[in-house]
Amino acid sequence: MSQNTLYDKVWEKHKVTELPNGQDQLFIGLHLIHEVTSPQAFAMLEERGIDVAFPERNYATTDHIAPTEAEKRNRPLTDDEAENMLSALERNVTDNGITFFGFESGQQGITHVVAPELGLSQPGMTVACGDSHTATHGAFGSIGVGVGTSQIRDILATGCIAADKQKVRRINVEGSLGEGVYAKDIILKIIQELGVDGGVGHVYEYGGPAIEELDMEGRLAVCNMSIEGGARAGYINPDETTYEYLKGREYVSEGDEFEQRKEYWESIKSDEDAEYDDVVTINIDDVDPLVTWGINPGQVIEVSEPIPAPDSFEARSDQEAAERALEHMDLEPGDSMLGYDVDVTFLGTCTNGRVSDFEVAAEILENNTIADDVRALAVPGSETVRTECEARGIDETFIEAGFQWRRAGCSMCLAMNDDSLEGDEVCASSSNRNFIGRQGSKEGRTVLMSPAMVAAAAVEGEVTDARRFFDDDVQTVSATDVEEVAD
Amino acid sequence: MADEAHITEVGGTGVPIPGDDVDTDQILPARFMKEVTFDNMADYLFYDARRDENGEFNDHPLNRFEGASIAVVNQNFGCGSSREHAPQAMMRWGVDGVVGESFAEIFRDNCKSLGIPALTASHEDVTALQEWIEANPDGDIEIDVEEETATYDDTVIHGNIDDAMKEALVDGIWDTTQLMYSNLSKVEETAADLPYVEEV
Ligand code: SF4
Repeated sequence: MSQNTLYDKVWEKHKVTELPNGQDQLFIGLHLIHEVTSPQAFAMLEERGIDVAFPERNYATTDHIAPTEAEKRNRPLTDDEAENMLSALERNVTDNGITFFGFESGQQGITHVVAPELGLSQPGMTVACGDSHTATHGAFGSIGVGVGTSQIRDILATGCIAADKQKVRRINVEGSLGEGVYAKDIILKIIQELGVDGGVGHVYEYGGPAIEELDMEGRLAVCNMSIEGGARAGYINPDETTYEYLKGREYVSEGDEFEQRKEYWESIKSDEDAEYDDVVTINIDDVDPLVTWGINPGQVIEVSEPIPAPDSFEARSDQEAAERALEHMDLEPGDSMLGYDVDVTFLGTCTNGRVSDFEVAAEILENNTIADDVRALAVPGSETVRTECEARGIDETFIEAGFQWRRAGCSMCLAMNDDSLEGDEVCASSSNRNFIGRQGSKEGRTVLMSPAMVAAAAVEGEVTDARRFFDDDVQTVSATDVEEVAD
Repeated sequence: MADEAHITEVGGTGVPIPGDDVDTDQILPARFMKEVTFDNMADYLFYDARRDENGEFNDHPLNRFEGASIAVVNQNFGCGSSREHAPQAMMRWGVDGVVGESFAEIFRDNCKSLGIPALTASHEDVTALQEWIEANPDGDIEIDVEEETATYDDTVIHGNIDDAMKEALVDGIWDTTQLMYSNLSKVEETAADLPYVEEV
């Protein structure tokens, strides 16, 4: 059993009691609500005549069904079902006194983008949301868990979930990121090495020099995809980077109170001699930009590496998954992903929909235009991100390059709004899931990559190595000379 | 929500749903989540996999084994999104229990909340059971929660049910809301001790 890790300490502080079924009753310090998974929970509460226990610990916004075209945001929404969901949420938050970041607030967006940027997510908290990417908030040194609708009901009614404590795996990321390689590549690398179910039964504590070097937005991207590695949560111990980021944000206290909070934040860090259930080391030196070639986020290679043959995998399940992937993606083992034709490029989501993601993509799009026939979507993770990008003129770069510049939402990450793949379109995507059907078409194909790689793919109309765009001498590009650069 | 709280045995005919890493986007595609109740979810269960290009039912097991109560699945079933819509859809379609090689954790938790026992067993046992169902579509399978077994024909699979799930189902305390609600004053004490929770 782990001891004196952040996970142990935060768990202890939030543990109310042990339940007769052997689970712990755990207090949830921050509960984030969105329109898709909450209406059923509010209805269950109403059925039982129970009030929301801690309305001030709950915050709501709308993201999954939010239309991202400005003119489609007028109410009532043209999609009746989306309108129903949104008005149900509005009714539920009003009836229960819960703060809601709606379209009018200027702060609407994806829960996992909104809560960090407003300073709602803080170190030493427990965070829950009816969404599996709640691990994102672990970037601040909190325990973030995704929950189902019955657990949302539990949280609304009691402020708690019934939970089993997990094992803690420390992942040391050694080395430092090369140019054109980002936080997204770190987490893809981790999932490649440990597998999509490698984290089952665990939470991941990320640390080591490559993690410490990351800014908060990079850390958020890493923790975001913990669930793709099978881990229930993922976190990073807070440090000066964390505190600097928090300072001055809307929901963060100031002055003396800030200093007092900081004492708490420091106290919940993993001790130097903390004990972990296991420790894994991964080196990120010399790692090239990564892309997925398959239909789960563990099917990852460096962009110029050959696609593996199914029989190169040991486990039967991995072999079968590789076969299915090659068939779905229409790929041959031995080829690389360079030159794989792309129809759609999608930049956004709770993984990579923050200001720095648009910034790095804009560097590549500057003085470039996207390839003919490519449909390119830039969807800020929140309205706050959008306004900030616009204040810096980043939107102009996107629009001039041929991108559609949208309003905030989950958009084509899971296609619950109008943004969707059609037929067997290929999408270069900064999102976190390449499951079959995820982006709205069951024949659709998703290639996961970093924002820089998405921008580069938009310009080339195919998967390419984004690093060539940082080299001013190279103006024309083909898959072959990219291979040379990558070599 | 079942009020018959104690769940010690579930049984009926089986349906094999083969494949590893079957994610919740396949079990219940997101575009069918735009409803504010779970009422119609059974209609959307494995929506894409169950239909051909013309939208007609194909030979997916769920079409061939209508009326089954026990789903038999492989590794890491229910991975991906936390949507409770997935087990809700399975439950509403008729699934009362699941036997599999392994389950994604959120999926298993959601099953627990719904009172659906999830038994894990070895690859050999699971595939043998899947083959048996193909040959015996009318054959009965029984999951015994306390014994952590699945029985069919004259075969007994000795599997494993997560402790918390077992306790919850057998003792009828899987309605965690009720359970935790009775501790509300303790919750307030825990909250008051946290430096970031303002006095209410
Ligand atoms: S952006 Fe995608 S992964 Fe993130 S919350 Fe929205 S749908 Fe889920």
